[in-house]
Amino acid sequence: MASRPRTLYEKIWDAHVVETRDDGTSLIYIDRHLVHEVTSPQAFEGLRLAGRTVRRPDLTLAVPDHNLPTTARLDAKGARLPIADPQSAAQLAALEANAPAFGIRYIDASAAEQGIVHVVGPEQGFSLPGATIVCGDSHTSAHGGVGALAFGIGTSEVEHVLATQTLQLKRSRTLEVRVEGLLGPGVTPKDLILHIIGVLGTAGGTGHVIEFTGQVFREMSVEGRLTVCNMSIEAGARAGLVAPDETTFAYLKGKPYAPRGEDWDRAVAWWRTLASDDGARFDKSVTIDASAIEPTVTWGTSPEDTAPIGGTVPDPGSFADPAKAEAARKSLAYMGLEPGQRLDEIAVENIFIGSCTNSRIEDLRAAAAVLDGRRKADGVKLAIVVPGSGLVKRQAEAEGLDQIFRAAGLEWREPGCSACLGMNPDKVPQGERCASTSNRNFVGRQGPGSRTHLLSPAMAAAAAVTGRLTDVRKLR
Amino acid sequence: MQPVSTIEGRAIPFGRKNVDTDVIIPAHWLKTISREGLGAGAFETIRAEAGNVFDDPKFTNAPILIAGDNFGCGSSREHAAWALLDLGIRAVIAPSFSDIFAGNAFKNGILAIELPQAEVDRLLEIAETDPIAVDLESQTVTTPFQDRFAFAIDPFRKHCLAEGLDETGLTMARGEAIQNYENRQSAEMPWLARALAHETEGIA
Repeated sequence: MASRPRTLYEKIWDAHVVETRDDGTSLIYIDRHLVHEVTSPQAFEGLRLAGRTVRRPDLTLAVPDHNLPTTARLDAKGARLPIADPQSAAQLAALEANAPAFGIRYIDASAAEQGIVHVVGPEQGFSLPGATIVCGDSHTSAHGGVGALAFGIGTSEVEHVLATQTLQLKRSRTLEVRVEGLLGPGVTPKDLILHIIGVLGTAGGTGHVIEFTGQVFREMSVEGRLTVCNMSIEAGARAGLVAPDETTFAYLKGKPYAPRGEDWDRAVAWWRTLASDDGARFDKSVTIDASAIEPTVTWGTSPEDTAPIGGTVPDPGSFADPAKAEAARKSLAYMGLEPGQRLDEIAVENIFIGSCTNSRIEDLRAAAAVLDGRRKADGVKLAIVVPGSGLVKRQAEAEGLDQIFRAAGLEWREPGCSACLGMNPDKVPQGERCASTSNRNFVGRQGPGSRTHLLSPAMAAAAAVTGRLTDVRKLR
Repeated sequence: MQPVSTIEGRAIPFGRKNVDTDVIIPAHWLKTISREGLGAGAFETIRAEAGNVFDDPKFTNAPILIAGDNFGCGSSREHAAWALLDLGIRAVIAPSFSDIFAGNAFKNGILAIELPQAEVDRLLEIAETDPIAVDLESQTVTTPFQDRFAFAIDPFRKHCLAEGLDETGLTMARGEAIQNYENRQSAEMPWLARALAHETEGIA
């Protein structure tokens, strides 16, 4: 069929339209649904009250992550250790009961495959190029790193997908983030996405799906792409995409739920057609110069509050927009920072290496490379490394990374969301700072009164060594 | 979902920009397995500040909230909408909303009304002293001072809100179309149609 050039997003959308109403709303088929314990209990309850079932349990995968403590889960005899917080325990128990009751496959908290839902999906080959993927979690955008149209949904939509395997959606606008040039040494995908969010602003992508284009993504690993797409939502975009290519196919081949045999060949043939056509039109386009990006950190309470590590805390008076100036003043008061203060002189008491943004094996390798033969500074009280899944943990241990972390004075934990969001025992104490590889520096995000500085795994490791935000390139 | 028609009363002149859902309802409130009772945790960090607008007796049980740009950004937690509902909020007026929050609000019968900043500023001023009214049928926000601001709303969403319709029920009525799609996908893209099949077939 001769048709006009289409973007990657349009191709995936078109392939999933069940029907379109006159008002422009489409019923979109959902290929993969990931379920965790926090945003699903009310959805299952809704199904129960209405006497409804799960339409496609075979396309649904449940795994606990948010509430799980990252300390040992089993005692010496292999028996499960109880979860101290009764509410967390009840929420986890609800998923463990709901999944089998509705015929959904459930990955147990003590299984090697357990992990953060956005680490598990790609790692298991459950997340595939060209697929529509949803989860009741905004960081579902991560799966765009394999070329899937993946986005977070609310609990009512979780219920809707469980019951119908579809969503009623309007087509999004498209935003191309074209990155020219390549990243310099010591500059990682996390620095790139933090910089991009700083340019776009936290609402810059609202109403849009972002496609990240440019040579830098062609040379980037799938794990790096997952990190970039993960934080699309911090720029307001519900989904981010990187076109699937040979790197993607090599990453997925042989994964437990990836297609096999003839299915694999047919899948790859289709995946090769997905990249945006030459001449495809985006509603908006932004160009970023990669070579100018330095290791990047946040100084405020919005992910858009980014600056290069060589910079200083901005002066709120320097913002043209009075509302932005006021927001910056509030941020600095909360963060306990002064305008003009050098970022690389900010002392941190906590280090968190983990989260769905940065807990994959490459992230842990990058942190370990910095920590090898070094030790955390005395001023650093809590420093934890939380692998994204049991399989990441196993791989890291096989490579001896856990030994490097332990020797450096960091704690090596069990997989889960951990200190990213203050729902489980891993929290940053009131008024203390955390150099964190997670995705949100909101007020109270890591616990009431916590002060978060977002950065890359290598930069978090450097901060652990010096006890302050540090340009990792200067440690080498 | 309760049908929505007219929402009239005091409006909380909040006005803040980029209010994220962690601010609307902090994560430790998310451990519930119910939709009820989350109003107690709504805006917890802001309500810890003396003289905050949410605890001003003038705005007790106010059904409308006026906010700044990009309201509801961040996490997809529908608990944010449930918390507002539990506070008695039936409409939020702001220059813009995050996509996920706007959807969650709609699913819970909360009107998320986008108006230009100048009109929001006018409403923030009036809300200090007087009530305002929102009418879904005519798609207008009005004040006792003859202000009349028109807002846009997706026709399908308007219909669902006005009738209090259950979207899941509506979609389930399209079961045949969904089945046709599934049949087509099974034939054309079989690998998408069998996510968890390998292990059950004993291949793994």
